[in-house]
Amino acid sequence: MEREKVIEVEGLVKKFGSFVANDHLTFDVFRGEIFGFLGANGAGKTTAIRILCGLSRPTSGKVIVAGIDANRPEEIKKRIGYMSQRFSLYDDLTVRENIELYGGIYGMTMKEIRPRTEELLNRLIFSQYGNTLIGSLPLGIKQKLAFAVAVFHDPEIVFLDEPTSGVDPITRRQFWEMIYETAARDITVFVTTHYMDEAEYCDRVTIMNEGRIVALDTPSALREKYDSSSIEELFVKIARPKTETA
Amino acid sequence: MRRLWFLLKKEFRQIVRNPFMLRAIIMVPLLQMLLLVPAVTFQIKSLDLAVMDNDHSPASRELLAKLSGSSFFTVTSTPADYKQAEKLLYSGDADIVLIIPDDFSEGLAGVTTPRLQVLADAVNATNAMLGWSYLTSIVFDFNRDILINQGMTPSAIKGISTSPRFWYNPTLNYKYYMLPGILVILIIAIGLMLSGLNLVKEMEIGTLEQINVTPIKRWELIASKVIPFFILGLFDLALGLSVGWIAFNIPFEGSLLLFFACSAIFLVAVLGLALFFSTMASNRQQYLFVAFFFTMVFVLMSGIFTPSESMPQWAQQFNLVNPVAYMIRINRMVMLKGSGFYDIARDMAALSLLAVAFISFAIMAYRKRA
Amino acid sequence: MKRFLAFVKKEFLHIFRDYRTLIILFALPAAQILIFGYAVRTDITNAGIAILDNAHDEVSSELALKLEASEFFTIKAYLTSYDEIDAAFKKGKIEEVVIFPEDLAARLQREGNATVSIIADGSEPNTASLVTGYTTAILNDYSASLLQRLNTSTPVINPEVRMYFNPNLKSHFMFVPGVITLILILVCALMTSVTIVREKEFGTMEVLLVSPLKPWQIIVGKVAPYFFLSLINVIVILLMAWFVFGLPVRGSIALLIAECMLYILMALSLGILISTLVNKMENAIIVSFIGLMLPTLLLSGFIFPIENMPKGYDYFSMILPARWFVEIIRSVMIKGAGFVYVWKETLILAVMTLFFIVLSARKFKVRLEEGSK
Repeated sequence: MEREKVIEVEGLVKKFGSFVANDHLTFDVFRGEIFGFLGANGAGKTTAIRILCGLSRPTSGKVIVAGIDANRPEEIKKRIGYMSQRFSLYDDLTVRENIELYGGIYGMTMKEIRPRTEELLNRLIFSQYGNTLIGSLPLGIKQKLAFAVAVFHDPEIVFLDEPTSGVDPITRRQFWEMIYETAARDITVFVTTHYMDEAEYCDRVTIMNEGRIVALDTPSALREKYDSSSIEELFVKIARPKTETA
Repeated sequence: MRRLWFLLKKEFRQIVRNPFMLRAIIMVPLLQMLLLVPAVTFQIKSLDLAVMDNDHSPASRELLAKLSGSSFFTVTSTPADYKQAEKLLYSGDADIVLIIPDDFSEGLAGVTTPRLQVLADAVNATNAMLGWSYLTSIVFDFNRDILINQGMTPSAIKGISTSPRFWYNPTLNYKYYMLPGILVILIIAIGLMLSGLNLVKEMEIGTLEQINVTPIKRWELIASKVIPFFILGLFDLALGLSVGWIAFNIPFEGSLLLFFACSAIFLVAVLGLALFFSTMASNRQQYLFVAFFFTMVFVLMSGIFTPSESMPQWAQQFNLVNPVAYMIRINRMVMLKGSGFYDIARDMAALSLLAVAFISFAIMAYRKRA
Repeated sequence: MKRFLAFVKKEFLHIFRDYRTLIILFALPAAQILIFGYAVRTDITNAGIAILDNAHDEVSSELALKLEASEFFTIKAYLTSYDEIDAAFKKGKIEEVVIFPEDLAARLQREGNATVSIIADGSEPNTASLVTGYTTAILNDYSASLLQRLNTSTPVINPEVRMYFNPNLKSHFMFVPGVITLILILVCALMTSVTIVREKEFGTMEVLLVSPLKPWQIIVGKVAPYFFLSLINVIVILLMAWFVFGLPVRGSIALLIAECMLYILMALSLGILISTLVNKMENAIIVSFIGLMLPTLLLSGFIFPIENMPKGYDYFSMILPARWFVEIIRSVMIKGAGFVYVWKETLILAVMTLFFIVLSARKFKVRLEEGSK
């Protein structure tokens, strides 16, 4: 049975003037996958993700996200969720108020939001903090909440931009459990990270270097291919930074 | 549309959560009204007069008595010599010095020409001129009395008398003049400062990026930033007006509806400016500077403290695009003179045009940016 | 010491790289000078007046001529009836209407006295009182000349006036020195407090506090660029005032600069104090702007003379540092007074500065001791 593609990218090119940030990228993402996007800084990850999220337009190439062409970003936005690198929840609003806001933005009615909020809080064992201001919560909790908010409206795909930066190992583990749960609900997870061990948790992984995709496969297949015992090792092998210091 | 509703809910919650902001929005109008309005006046209470009497005659003493009796002057010192008199001007202890020469009474008797010398501290030119003007009036009266005493028939002493009357503000109550101005400053503080800071803050902190990924349309975002402060601005206006009415008995001759309609247009113009400036600033500090600069310039040039009609040509030209100038004028005309729609129609139209223009610039600049 | 200098250098670079802020920092005083010099004026020139001449005799025409000849007035309209007055005022071009009664000359001849009515537009009280004041003066002058025509031996007193410090009676002599007060408070107190609070908000203050830099070094480093910029501002303002308006510095320039430096120091320490009291930038702005700016602008005697204010304001304004500085700067700049005239005000400013510094130091220490946030 052919798996449904939720993201189709073919020959994506993004240029800024004469600088080519994305050089003929081609890849597909299947429904329910956990798709990892790896690469050094400046490799073109952020540029690509921004196009997929509808934040910018491709210079050329075919990009279809959730069945919508990338030239109609407004439609794409309705079907996706996003968790940004810089913080996204409002410090001076409570947990419930933040959830309500994003739920409403994505078109849910108060009738839909309320019960689902309680259900979410219960699941995270967080109900007693429902009326706490985000600003007074520790970072790990905030990150988990941000993720929960990103998928609150049941998007088809959720994009996570370095979601576990600066978080302790235990919270990171819990976070990935949340990701697994989400994928199990048939929500596709598109995650960028530069924690190499997290690459192992993904179904498939892409490695970008200097605007091009230099590897795309499951973690085990990649390790075998490059004869490495870890993703980190093979990353160093194939993703050399542009300027080598002597 | 529903999205906007959720955004507005969030904005209001954030405003209410910041106690400082709340205090600023409610306390400040009250404080400003009560504290500033009585103070801002050019009307002279009384001037400090120093008199150097070198004549020591009954006539000079009579003149002195007349001056002391006037409510306008307070005789505060009697310097002994010229140098001392000058020192009083330098130290600010006297606003005006009157020097009666030693041959004053002889002059009055017709032997010589009666002279009087006046030294005035003209740093405050208005006070100096008015003080001088009052002094000459009193001297003239005194002169008249002397002549009558000397036997002249009153009808032979020709003189024009006058007592000025003031329309729309018979007691020359400065509060009536200044209150509309202070109200306008209030609205600008809220409309330009707070709203713009709010907008830029979101950009600075990064929550804006998250908003960009959502289905929120740009106009919805802008509206959510602008509408709360629009409402707050009008609220504050009403609050300030009530306080002014209760505390100072400010008259309100014209139509309240017209007043609020114009204020609403003005607020839109101001918010449009805030939006425009926010596209030029990358952080709140920059915005603060830019907004403050323009606030100062617009407010001072608007005729808030001094009439815009007596400004030079270039200033009057500038005021053609100064929304504050229109607002002040409309305010005063509607509140104090009871001017009706036709009287202010031109100003109102111009203000509306400005509002539309600013909002358009803002939207264009915003598009370019994002 | 080296570390400290490196830090100060960084702070300077910070500000100088911020073009927009820098431009405004210098455009602000320039604009203010122009505005207070040319636009915001309390002098009257060519105020529009209207004449309602019911007399049509030689006295009324002589008076009208006198009014027109004066630099204060321009006759904009000749009304024909009393009913036209309201409309004329409402249009907004006329400040005053002078009404000559029917039998003006005749009354003067018969009874020696005639009344000329003046009606002024009271909705602008300052203009109204000035305009009526000048009109009255002109009428008085005419009366005096009438007296003299009678009989050259009639004793008629002609007082002479000498206007000190500002012989041309320009209102910017009063305002422009005050501009320095406003600008300095703005740059120093407002900007300083906002800058420091910003570091607090973004958490970079913590980083600084953990570094080998001592707390006083951090504060001084943060504040130094503004001190420097403010001094430049003062000089720019003084130069502009001189070249654009011919506004002199009659007193000792050294004294003036020294007083300015004291005031700058005061404003900076006030800014620091504010920054220890608030945690958010918006709040720093609210406190500095609302709490400082408006009272400085309106209550310090800068624009509106304190003597005109109701009782109690005189005492209230004593806590405003700006009030003292306005006096100092007017005395030194315009009157040319020496230190002996301003020592009292200077002492008060110095005490205030000390007070702010001590208070800030205390608060800063408390923050450090109880940890951050």
